Amino acid sequence: MVDIIVCIKQIFDLGQIKVDATSKRPITEGVARKISDFDKNALEETLRIKEKHGGTVLALIGGTKEAAKEALAMGADEAVIYSADTDSLGTATILAEIIQKMKYDLILCGEASVDEFSFQTGPRLAQALGIPVLTYARKMEIKDNEVIVERNLETRYEVAKARLPALVTVTKEINEPRIPTLLQILGASKKKLTEISPAKPESGVETLSITAIEMKRKEVILKDIKELARVVISEKS
Amino acid sequence: MIFAFSENIETALELLAKGREIADSLKSELAAISIERHGKEESYIAYGADTVYSIDSEPQADLVVDCIFSLTNQNKPEILLIGGTKLGREVAPRIAQRFGVGCATDCIDLSIEQEQLIVKRFVLGGRFIATQRFLHKPRIVTIPPRRFEKKLDTNRNGEIIENTLKVAKSRVLVLEIKDKTSQALKIEEADIIVSVGRGLKKKEDLNLVESLAKILGGALGCSRSVAADLKWLPEEHWVGLSGHKVKPKLYIAVGISGQAQHIAGIRDAKTIIAINNDPNAPIFKACDYGIVGDLYEIVPELVATLKA
Ligand SMILES: Cc1cc2nc3c(=O)[nH]c(=O)nc-3n(C[C@H](O)[C@H](O)[C@H](O)COP(=O)(O)OP(=O)(O)OC[C@H]3O[C@@H](n4cnc5c(N)ncnc54)[C@H](O)[C@@H]3O)c2cc1C
Ligand SMILES: Nc1ncnc2c1ncn2[C@@H]1O[C@H](COP(=O)(O)O)[C@@H](O)[C@H]1O
Repeated sequence: MVDIIVCIKQIFDLGQIKVDATSKRPITEGVARKISDFDKNALEETLRIKEKHGGTVLALIGGTKEAAKEALAMGADEAVIYSADTDSLGTATILAEIIQKMKYDLILCGEASVDEFSFQTGPRLAQALGIPVLTYARKMEIKDNEVIVERNLETRYEVAKARLPALVTVTKEINEPRIPTLLQILGASKKKLTEISPAKPESGVETLSITAIEMKRKEVILKDIKELARVVISEKS
Repeated sequence: MIFAFSENIETALELLAKGREIADSLKSELAAISIERHGKEESYIAYGADTVYSIDSEPQADLVVDCIFSLTNQNKPEILLIGGTKLGREVAPRIAQRFGVGCATDCIDLSIEQEQLIVKRFVLGGRFIATQRFLHKPRIVTIPPRRFEKKLDTNRNGEIIENTLKVAKSRVLVLEIKDKTSQALKIEEADIIVSVGRGLKKKEDLNLVESLAKILGGALGCSRSVAADLKWLPEEHWVGLSGHKVKPKLYIAVGISGQAQHIAGIRDAKTIIAINNDPNAPIFKACDYGIVGDLYEIVPELVATLKA
């Protein structure tokens, strides 16, 4: 039996974000939200562990009921949602406070969230909870109260283990997340969903601006391969 | 004081170049941290450090966190520059959490404005840049490998301090290391890159694109789809936000749609050429020269023309 908490972040569907023509700021009004890609892999992995070893899967979600419903439909037993506008320090602080009151053997996070891409929350959370962390897992298994993972590093794969309770961050390659059936989607509304409102934590960084990257490319369309060859020859030297 | 650490020596030298600039503008000192005795500590001074803290440990995350935490407690640096390798990206936020401070990962630019450290990083899938400042000290940043040029100055001198820190044992036990097969390719260093995407129909057709790369004396790159989903090429070829960030003179994107995450990896390319059969592919809005057409016609003919 392994009780698992999976940390999930709901993000904007990044492809839908438009740029304000004058300020160059992102326009997020009306943009749909979704579960951050790698968090679905993390959730999928928790479900596979549960199927093998028994136990429970709790989804701890920074986001709305929509995300919770999706996680519950995929197979989480229970979801806790909260929302807070903060940075990685704040997020890890909130998550640690919530998790400290819970019983768990294992925590899973994505290696990074697709919007921030900061790779911070998992390692920070483990540090805050004082438990070991195994990052960049592309394979994992539970055995004799230990978690064994294969970590995807720059020039090597590293097989490493730690005692439970531990935190693992997963990469996209670890699995292919399941798509819930209609029945599971309908069943999700019967599962336990708790909404909590944590106090606003302290942040560590302040974002002064977010602006679209200007593309300064020529965007010339070439007529034929002869022109293409000419451009290739002149640009390569 | 400013600290710089990377377990990767090349990256450490790059951090020292940037660290030197920042230290000079703040009239501060720059110290390099070396967690392993690799005998290259002297070079850290020639590349910008005033002091080298040389610790005889191992570049394992738990130990690195402990070492840098203790050294930071002893010396109270204002800024910690950490190489954005996979190890660096794990330890930097952990150290930050231990101090209860912020951290900015994968910073592409650092500057000092009115004594404040201002950093820039990609957000929202690589289409936007966030400018951030820190609310506490130490200010902790990671910088990706090959972001800055290292700078040698053989006239510099400094001090190597051998430090004997008591660190706890790692709670992560390494059981086995499997080297990835091909690591010869350093795509970041290529002057010319021909990259292939999902427009390729099957793995066997890779030789088509390879022959173009070869005749141009360039390296073969690819989109995430080709490396991660189809696994037709190993990760060394993967270009983009989560792959390698490249800066060739010439980048040719073949059958690549040009999603923001791919473009994030090629922003520093001097010239981008796109070959794609969909005139509405976003790559045509992100390239210097584009040709609309079937790669299976264009690439072989281009190779033939270049050969002639
Ligand atoms: C967090 C995150 C990180 C990511 N990081 C990266 C990254 O680092 N690198 C990366 O590349 N992607 C990354 N992606 C994925 C990215 O969003 C795209 O999915 C990916 O780049 C698409 O790859 P592609 O262009 O090869 O495939 P597709 O988008 O499928 O494009 C294929 C293109 O080929 C064209 N084509 C088809 N047939 C032909 C033909 N016969 N001749 C010519 N053209 C043809 C099509 O018109 C199309 O434009 C990331 C995504 C996320 C969410
Ligand atoms: N607000 C949040 N709520 C819950 N989990 C989060 C939140 N932010 C990040 N995470 C988790 O931490 C991982 C890394 O996120 P990041 O540090 O933003 O790159 C994500 O994949 C999630 O598993």
